[in-house]
Amino acid sequence: MSGPDEKPAVGRRGFIKEAAAGVVGGCCLLVPAAAGLVAWLDPLSRSAGGGAMVKVGRLDGLPADGTPQRVSVVMGRQDAWTREGAVPVGAIYLRRTGDRVVQALHSVCPHAGCFVDYQTARGQFFCPCHDSSFAVDGSINDPHSPSPRGMDTLEVELRGDEVWVRFQNFRTGIEGKVPVA
Amino acid sequence: MKKLISWLDDRTGMNGLLHEVLFERIPGGARWRYVWGSTLSFCFVVQILTGLVLWMAYSPSSATAWESVYYIQNEMTGGWLLRGLHHYTAQAMHVLLVLHLLQVVVDGAYKAPREVNYWFGLVLLFLTLGLGLTGYLLPWDQKGYGATKVATSLAGIVPVVGPSIQKLIVGGSDYGHHTLTRFFALHAGVLPGLMIAAIVAHVALFRKHGITAKQPYRKPDANFWPDQVLMDGVACLAVTGAVLYFTVKHHGAELYAPADATQPFNAARPEWYFLFLFEFLKLHVLTDLFGHHGEFVGAILVPGVVCGVLAVMPFLAKWRLGHRFNLGFLAVLLVSATLLTVRSIRSDADNPGFQAAMAQAQAQSERIGALIRANGGIPPGGAGTLLRDDPATAGPRLFAQHCAGCHRYDGHDGLGMVSKDLPSAPDLKGFGSREWLAGFLEAGQITNHAYYGGTRFREGKMVKYVTTKLPKLHAGKPSALEAMVAAVSAEAGLPGQREKEAKDGAWIEQGRTHVRETFACTDCHAFRKPDEEASAPELTGWGSREWILAITTDPGHARFYGKRNDRMPAFGKEGRLTPKESGLITDWIRGDVAPDRVAASVK
Repeated sequence: MSGPDEKPAVGRRGFIKEAAAGVVGGCCLLVPAAAGLVAWLDPLSRSAGGGAMVKVGRLDGLPADGTPQRVSVVMGRQDAWTREGAVPVGAIYLRRTGDRVVQALHSVCPHAGCFVDYQTARGQFFCPCHDSSFAVDGSINDPHSPSPRGMDTLEVELRGDEVWVRFQNFRTGIEGKVPVA
Repeated sequence: MKKLISWLDDRTGMNGLLHEVLFERIPGGARWRYVWGSTLSFCFVVQILTGLVLWMAYSPSSATAWESVYYIQNEMTGGWLLRGLHHYTAQAMHVLLVLHLLQVVVDGAYKAPREVNYWFGLVLLFLTLGLGLTGYLLPWDQKGYGATKVATSLAGIVPVVGPSIQKLIVGGSDYGHHTLTRFFALHAGVLPGLMIAAIVAHVALFRKHGITAKQPYRKPDANFWPDQVLMDGVACLAVTGAVLYFTVKHHGAELYAPADATQPFNAARPEWYFLFLFEFLKLHVLTDLFGHHGEFVGAILVPGVVCGVLAVMPFLAKWRLGHRFNLGFLAVLLVSATLLTVRSIRSDADNPGFQAAMAQAQAQSERIGALIRANGGIPPGGAGTLLRDDPATAGPRLFAQHCAGCHRYDGHDGLGMVSKDLPSAPDLKGFGSREWLAGFLEAGQITNHAYYGGTRFREGKMVKYVTTKLPKLHAGKPSALEAMVAAVSAEAGLPGQREKEAKDGAWIEQGRTHVRETFACTDCHAFRKPDEEASAPELTGWGSREWILAITTDPGHARFYGKRNDRMPAFGKEGRLTPKESGLITDWIRGDVAPDRVAASVK
């Protein structure tokens, strides 16, 4: 008889037992692990959609000299289990650049996602986080800017005197302007 | 008692275990330099205790996270103390970790055979940083929200898998409920669980190899109990003292306004122990050398290499000069991090823009507190709904969007932006006040762009009256003009003038006579009684809430400008503004923003 500390010799049957114990034990753990993993990966199966057109203002409310106006974008939003009616979901800058031409710039810094503010005194956009600065049209105007691209423009549509934009977020920190999926 | 203990010991072997824990031998006796590990364990216990109780009061969702933290901080008995202890002990842990790492490296305790234990130490360091990062978001205030956006954006720049990683961390494409639930699960479950496992391994390995005693021994060997335990206890007391000092000084921990993606937060900064990394990313040398890859290099490559070097330090130590290299590396690392931190703090201190943003953030957080107190609590939709219904907050935003195309507020658009265009309608800062009206009635001012300068009325009857007739009428009678101004301004019933007007009752009554007689305003305007023939805007209730709401509804109404209305749109009639929106703008312009009144109007 072998003592408790002595490893019994592993025969063929012994090996099958060991392998079976491993497989059975593994299977037991596999069920909760797989269920957890699938649920945890749920965000990957959801997409942001391509952005919806939303009314953000009127042509005659915009300064004719092209000074940007900060506008909250108010629209419906799904936040996990909550369906929100009309809530502020983000902010954009609107600029009137021609008689019937409007430029819309996203307020999110393309560098790291902070809120880009407009500095009236200097007539430029400035991100307080890492000092990215942008010209009034959203282009990079500082050779040291950490931002990989200028501010993101949004698609604008004029419906009569109403200004509509396609509101969507873009990935930050990369050179290309790629919508958040 | 003795019998009970011996009965228990027979079945558990606890005496032996206790003996092993307490009577660890320390060659050369107890020393202050050995206290760091114990202070860290102590801090971890403090975090578990305070964290569990915070957990009992915290609710992770985007409509309740800030709200529950507000409740802990301001309403719960001792809530601020609990929150402050958790907040500042977390900060103390970061300092103590650096000291512990320094002591371990200086004393050579990371070298063979203790490599694995050293790695467990590094793992604990990163777990602590992870707890700081995830804990930062949980209050869901502007500061935590902004910092988390930056941190998760950095994850997104990792090539190929970055966007998926970011999505899994954030819990979707946008920040919301699932960002909070995921961060909370990490902060209160996953990371502490890993930490307990790592601490157990760390301490077990430490006991296996024994303490790396500092040579030469100054005293005879001693046991852990009681010499070293006493020293450790004193060190923990010092840590507690420091944490309590900051907690009491700041009355708990800071809580900024609720997260809001539509508002800039120019005071955005990471917690101080991440400032060095933050400042590092701002260095021009990164973009100069690596262009657009600077971000990747600064945020991922360089920190990755530094961590790699830290991890292989036990192997480097095997070279002849390895230990010195390690010491030098750590010294350079700490000095650079300190310099970067100092640089960041100093550049913010010298930056008036940042100081103003901090003051504004402070003011916002006080405003929301005042609104909640006046309302007697937070509405089910969250604190954000209070701010959306607050004229002081929402008024200027709506003004910028709907009114600032023509009007100004103190020269700007309500949010501080100044257009180079000249305004085509009056500046509405202080509209209805005595100062506003006195300026309007001054011959030299009425044609300024702050009044009628940009309007069609520049050539109208009122301007003619103010520039030619009025100076003659009040020549030698300045007090009559003042009384008339006070009387018309009293129609507005501005909260800011209420006290003055209560005192000036008789004088204002005289002023009303001047309106009708001395200055003959009633030739064109109706004043305090109906006048079918009035050809100019009604002065009855001029500047009052009702008056402003009515003129924004329809300025072309006979009561106001009639057919001679300039370009002012009928905001209410055309449905450009809801009555609620007009009310918010009106209350803001009138300075009618006292929290209890706002709360009453929301109800």
